[in-house]
Amino acid sequence: MTIITAGLSRSFPQPTQELRARIEGDPSLMMFLGDQAGREYGNWLRSGEKGYRDLDLVLIELDLDCLGEHTGEADGLEGSTVLGFARYLLGQEPTPLIELVRQTQSPDQAIVKARDCFEALGYKVAVCADRPGRIVDRLIRPYLNAALRRLDDGLASAKDLDATLRMGLGYPEGPIALLHRMGLADHAKRSAKLADALGDSDFIPARRAQVALLREKER
Amino acid sequence: MQAIQSLAVVGAGTMGTGIAIVAARGGFKTLIFDQQPGHAQRVVDQAMAFFDRSVSRGKMTVPERDEVIARMHPVEHLDDLADVDMLIEAVFESLKVKHEVFQALNRVCKPSCVFASNTSTISITEIAGGSGREDRFIGLHFCLPAQLMKLVEVSRGLNTSDDTFKRAWDFCEQVGQRPVQTQDTPGFILNYFLIPFNNDAIRLVEQGVSTPADIDMAIKTALGYAMGPFELLDLVGLDTQALLCEAMHGLTHERRAACPPLVKRMIAAGRLGKKAGIGFHIYSDKKIFGA
Repeated sequence: MTIITAGLSRSFPQPTQELRARIEGDPSLMMFLGDQAGREYGNWLRSGEKGYRDLDLVLIELDLDCLGEHTGEADGLEGSTVLGFARYLLGQEPTPLIELVRQTQSPDQAIVKARDCFEALGYKVAVCADRPGRIVDRLIRPYLNAALRRLDDGLASAKDLDATLRMGLGYPEGPIALLHRMGLADHAKRSAKLADALGDSDFIPARRAQVALLREKER
Repeated sequence: MQAIQSLAVVGAGTMGTGIAIVAARGGFKTLIFDQQPGHAQRVVDQAMAFFDRSVSRGKMTVPERDEVIARMHPVEHLDDLADVDMLIEAVFESLKVKHEVFQALNRVCKPSCVFASNTSTISITEIAGGSGREDRFIGLHFCLPAQLMKLVEVSRGLNTSDDTFKRAWDFCEQVGQRPVQTQDTPGFILNYFLIPFNNDAIRLVEQGVSTPADIDMAIKTALGYAMGPFELLDLVGLDTQALLCEAMHGLTHERRAACPPLVKRMIAAGRLGKKAGIGFHIYSDKKIFGA
């Protein structure tokens, strides 16, 4: 059907021809992109535009927000043909991963359709529940904070920390190199938001990340 | 300083097998002992299967394979280890068990023999304290699968001598491994990060956030990791993960190191990972990893 863009999109800053063709070539599919995607979806819904009931799938781009903020929730029985998604970015670098967000009662047909849509465009799709941080951020933010804290504790040098995790686990890079690639200040911002959302102290940005954020603000 | 000429591996599990392969491949006469009869021979059988795959992939010749296998000697009695220059223990991750093993070995092995533990979580100083030779004791933590991963975390106990450290370090380099010096702290470097990370992944499944398959795929795709956390957990074994958690959480009391209840349920159900044919994933091949 169409792509409606509201604000800057992290997932697809400049939607490709392939993406446009895929969405616009399917009359039962609609996508909201941008950092105001959820709000725009609400506006669209309230406008009472015809055709909503005929859609098999509505995709809303998410950032650190949850899908339920835009669709509403119903005591664990929420879910419709409206799904959330976010392309995972390492800092500003896009990866091929799409985290596809479902609610408890989201119909399987909608999930399959969304997965097919993204996979046809060459992305890998991981389906997850509507929780803060989804999959990757939930796992790596505490790990990165722990690495920074242990660096402060003198467990090992940054070089040895990275080398150990690279050689011991076959990781392409260690936590400190990964943090530099992602941006320490960006990590601090995103981890702090997850700390608030999850109430989990392991997400509180480590000192070095907070310092980087403060310095960025001063510039 | 007396260089290491011969070596023994005590404990014929997954790690012991990998370490024995590394040592024999590195040119060392390698004795293998396990208190369970027949288990030491099983290491040689698994090594043969491993090297057969290396031969079939053109990574080594048949004579080279036979030469390496000829360096591997399964033994059935502790007394057979009397003359080795270094011994690497890879038994159950329990301080009590390790103390019993080292006390028995201390009575048998020659005084110059260096004792090394492959522990991944327990303090080297604490194990050394019950070994009878604290100064000739060191931590050599190989990474799973040891036959493929180059890293060895080398940790000194408080009383480890410089000579012991040097001999162990040189041994690692001689067998083609990459030693990294770590502090004698819980989990050293690798497991300090890995155990909580894997537990966090298990908790995502417990909380219904996603499935093991999707989490593995997400981590591999986003971060470029060779294996996802559940593939790695299945390789390590859920029983081993529980022991690692117990050891590390017992020392650090860090919440993320505590064993998730799902691990205990999976152990009770016999879903131990690759070695059982089922863990978070299902396996048809129980052979050891790689070639």
